[in-house]
Amino acid sequence: MLIVAFHFAPVFYALFISLHKWSLIPERFVGLSNYVAVLRDEGFHQSLGVTIWYVLGTVPFAIGISLVLALMLFQPLAGRGIYRTIYFLPYVTSVVAAAVVWTWIYNPRYGVLNYVLTRLGLCDPQSPPQWLLEPRGVFELALSNFGVQPPAWAAGPSLALVAVTIMAVWNAIGFNMIVFLAGLGSIPKELQEAARIDGADEWKVFWHVTFPLLSPTTFFLFIVSTIRAFQAFNQIYVMTRGGPMGTTRTVTMYIFSRFYESHEVGYGAAVAIVLFLIILGFTLLQFRFASGRVVYQ
Amino acid sequence: MSAKRRLEGGFDIWIWIRRAAAHLVLMAGGVIMLFPFYWMLSTSLKTQAEAQALPPTLWPTSMQWGNFAEVFATVPMARYLLNSFLIAVLVTIGTLVTSSLAAHAFARIEFPGRNVIFGVFLATMMIPFEVILIPDFILMHRLGWYNTYAALIIPWCSSAFAIFLLRQTFMTIPFELFEASLLDGCSHLRYLVSVALPLAVPALVTVGIVSFLGSWNSLLWPLVVTDIPELRPVQVGLAYFSTEAGTKYHLAAAAATVSILPIVLLYLVAQRQFVEGIARTGLKT
Repeated sequence: MLIVAFHFAPVFYALFISLHKWSLIPERFVGLSNYVAVLRDEGFHQSLGVTIWYVLGTVPFAIGISLVLALMLFQPLAGRGIYRTIYFLPYVTSVVAAAVVWTWIYNPRYGVLNYVLTRLGLCDPQSPPQWLLEPRGVFELALSNFGVQPPAWAAGPSLALVAVTIMAVWNAIGFNMIVFLAGLGSIPKELQEAARIDGADEWKVFWHVTFPLLSPTTFFLFIVSTIRAFQAFNQIYVMTRGGPMGTTRTVTMYIFSRFYESHEVGYGAAVAIVLFLIILGFTLLQFRFASGRVVYQ
Repeated sequence: MSAKRRLEGGFDIWIWIRRAAAHLVLMAGGVIMLFPFYWMLSTSLKTQAEAQALPPTLWPTSMQWGNFAEVFATVPMARYLLNSFLIAVLVTIGTLVTSSLAAHAFARIEFPGRNVIFGVFLATMMIPFEVILIPDFILMHRLGWYNTYAALIIPWCSSAFAIFLLRQTFMTIPFELFEASLLDGCSHLRYLVSVALPLAVPALVTVGIVSFLGSWNSLLWPLVVTDIPELRPVQVGLAYFSTEAGTKYHLAAAAATVSILPIVLLYLVAQRQFVEGIARTGLKT
């Protein structure tokens, strides 16, 4: 009952709302015009671009790093319980608190990150990186060192977005690693031992035995992380509020601002439905890509 | 081959080197993972001048425990924590109760349309929160729940994921056990409480941890359905406070420290349950 009332029926209600001009109160039925407006909306296009960069920046890195960590921790190392505790800690603590601290670390003037980079000679103390305040794209910044100005479409994600992404990877590693460790534990040891006896080196054992048998876990993580990344809100709300110049405004952040700050309820609902369809599309694509590549025992 | 030699029980320098390298990488990674927590704690105990000093000091020259008192004096931090705790506990209990009952119905009771309804429930897991955010927000207004604890708690007392996980667990309990209990005059509820639930403790732990963490860490929903400070959970309180504190980062850090302390303590005490509980969410059941 609760599920139907609060999780299922609202989907249809959302569709209903999205077909109306609806600010604080429902005004009138407008058909698909909200959707037409969404597809033409520059603000939405920007937020979609931001979200896709964010997904591409977080998902593969968080999964790759945590797979390496899980493989290392799967060996009988001394103190691996302690490592596991440490790596999982960011996942347990709230994103809001972590975002508050990271904002301080990224602070261009007083932040510890720029201090360390300056001391290592990696950045110019006269014009240190502005991190969360930098709207320019990272490719643009990198090329500007050589005096090249790339076209706008090749500017890449803003440095602010990259900074948010790094924090998100830090936050997601623990969960992925724990799931990978559980996946590794469910692989029968005999198969790996058999490969070793046949003379396979460790790399071959990993690539031809462990990795394929781990593929259901990897696939699960890709699906779950992609869906989560498409819905990023908390750390962005705390760290940048979508700024500078909207370069970290994800779709969820955009929905929040249209619906909650500008009271455009119908329009916000339409954006949410479009986001849902995009997530659904990505998920189906991943399933398609995985079919035949994911091996079940 | 190294593997052969290891099988023969010989000493293998390569294994030793590999482990040493693994330790090195893991330690370096561990430092990166822990640094933000260390920096939060360190900053929370500095004066404002020292927090902004260049070069930064690794540890405060004199401990400013007063920062914490100042946070509690400026914002009702205790109230925020209490709100979060109350909400998270009730949501967890609510989810455990509703999902056990629903899971039992789906696993052991034949009723018309059972599979269709179960399918619909599973489908809700696919729907992003943004889609239901706006309709649920309007629903809260219609129900007169805006700015009430009910809005913060009741919609979250159900979870398709929890029902799914528990149903899969209940299905693994032999059907004969269920039949025997009914023959002995057990009611469904009695069977659930005294037979099924004790056998499903690990799944219940997983559901409990996931709901508790989810509720404790949520931001968007409480931000949208409340606008009075008395109802704010700690995440909303902290988000507002960090904006208001502006450059007073020593205070923001102190508030952040207070906000994560209960969860971190709980995690350190019940680590095994946390790690295994979360790991179970990723396993095929």
